[in-house]
Amino acid sequence: MVNDTRPVKLEIRNLNISYGGQAAISGVNLSIREHEIFGIIGPANAGKTSFLKAINRMDMFDRKMRVEGDILFNGQNVREWRNIYALRSRIGVVFPLPVGLPMSVYDNVALSARLRGIKEKAELDLIVERCLTRAALWDEVKDRLDTLGSLLSGGQQQRLTIARALSQEPELLMLDEFSIAVDPVTTMRIEDVLKELKSEMTIILVTNLVQQARRLADRTAFFLDGECVEIAQTEALFTGQASDPRTQDYVEGRFG
Amino acid sequence: MFAATELNRKNQRTEKLVRILFVLMAGLLILPVLIILTTLVYKGGGILSIDFLFTHPTNGMTEGGILPALLGTIWLVVVALLISVPLGIAAAIYLSEYAPDNWGTRLINLAIINLAGVPSIVHALFGLGAFVIFFEFGTSILAASLTLAIMTLPVVIVATRESLQAVPHAFREACWNMGATRWQTIRRVVLPNAISGILTGVILEVSRSAGETAPIMFTGAVFFSPFLPQGVMDQTMAMSLHLFVVSTQVPNVPEDLPYGVALVLIGMVLIMNSVSIAFRMHLRGKKKW
Repeated sequence: MVNDTRPVKLEIRNLNISYGGQAAISGVNLSIREHEIFGIIGPANAGKTSFLKAINRMDMFDRKMRVEGDILFNGQNVREWRNIYALRSRIGVVFPLPVGLPMSVYDNVALSARLRGIKEKAELDLIVERCLTRAALWDEVKDRLDTLGSLLSGGQQQRLTIARALSQEPELLMLDEFSIAVDPVTTMRIEDVLKELKSEMTIILVTNLVQQARRLADRTAFFLDGECVEIAQTEALFTGQASDPRTQDYVEGRFG
Repeated sequence: MFAATELNRKNQRTEKLVRILFVLMAGLLILPVLIILTTLVYKGGGILSIDFLFTHPTNGMTEGGILPALLGTIWLVVVALLISVPLGIAAAIYLSEYAPDNWGTRLINLAIINLAGVPSIVHALFGLGAFVIFFEFGTSILAASLTLAIMTLPVVIVATRESLQAVPHAFREACWNMGATRWQTIRRVVLPNAISGILTGVILEVSRSAGETAPIMFTGAVFFSPFLPQGVMDQTMAMSLHLFVVSTQVPNVPEDLPYGVALVLIGMVLIMNSVSIAFRMHLRGKKKW
């Protein structure tokens, strides 16, 4: 397969996640290649969000969350990264509910650059415009960059969140059901953006819309009750070639 | 079909009654404030003048102004603020943003609650023992302000912690996700949005420390002093103690003098509160989510 020529960006080995003894992810193995859009589908409670949180070590902020197993980012175990802030800055995350920080639109997008120590106005301007443009938000906010990010509409805030994630210039972009708060037209625009971004970064797309996975993902994994039931070329999953009947049922909308 | 049934009418009557009751109870709160203020203005308003504020007491404190007490209270409050605000905010930031949920943290929280419950006279004696005698600050503004600061610290800590906690957790996570450290997150996202609540804590503290008498009377405030305080090691007169003194300790004080002193004391607190509230509204108008 063509995929095999690309280097592995993220490798997960025997990942187990539990919350206070309650398993959320059990025994997941998978590897994601560079410049791949990797889709993850599955019903609620399948462990998709926990999976993403383990990758950028957000488990540190949740005392109940326990992570076991290996997560290799660029071949290096994320649990052994000494500078975990550097790790997080290389991974962009977009969660289902948009978070417009209560600062201006401009400051929202410039924040990551400022955290990295960039101070020159011209450079910040450039980053802000580029990221907002890519997130399909520039035209709507270019005349009011000083309004509060938290006062934008839900869909705009989600694109702002995406712009902020892009401003990190991440190697890996993780999107968790980003389209929940976004209207269909905007969703399509963001999807187009993601297709372009693929040439620059690796993308993990967790989605509850199986058709979205079909439109975007090169390969798709089906998670169910904390297990990774199946990983396959996306087209195969949707053309009746799923090897597990549960996957077949899910993509055809018979449950979930 | 939509005619009111007996039950509907009964519910509506109860609703009206309950509402009136609540309004009355809330309205009653205004009453003591009004009575205090009108009494003070009525009985003490006449004595107020620029001279009253800016001259020394004379003739065994039965005449003259209140300048040393007024300046003394300002000294005491400002020095106490300089101590308790940085300390309180730092402690609250630790408790809200860093502290793990373990027995150590619970112990600290317990200490804060207990500190808030300690009667002011006990604080006074502690201040006397610790600052005046043990640290050898003597009876001074420094010792009195330290005592006031310790006494008001719980207010600052609790108010600060609560306003930090009021900043949605999602903001912090979004920031952490970008690779920000805890401190970067606090400085850029949490503190700017908690500042108005923190100010409330400071307002409360100012009002409290300006009016306290017990903690300062053994530690730094004096019955009478012909001198104005020059530094933190000086003793000073203070408004609250002066009010106590002219009301109960000095014979032949004209009736309007204590009322005038009380009016100035309340006026100081009200002015400080209004300035802070105005500042707070200004900040709140700018920050929204």
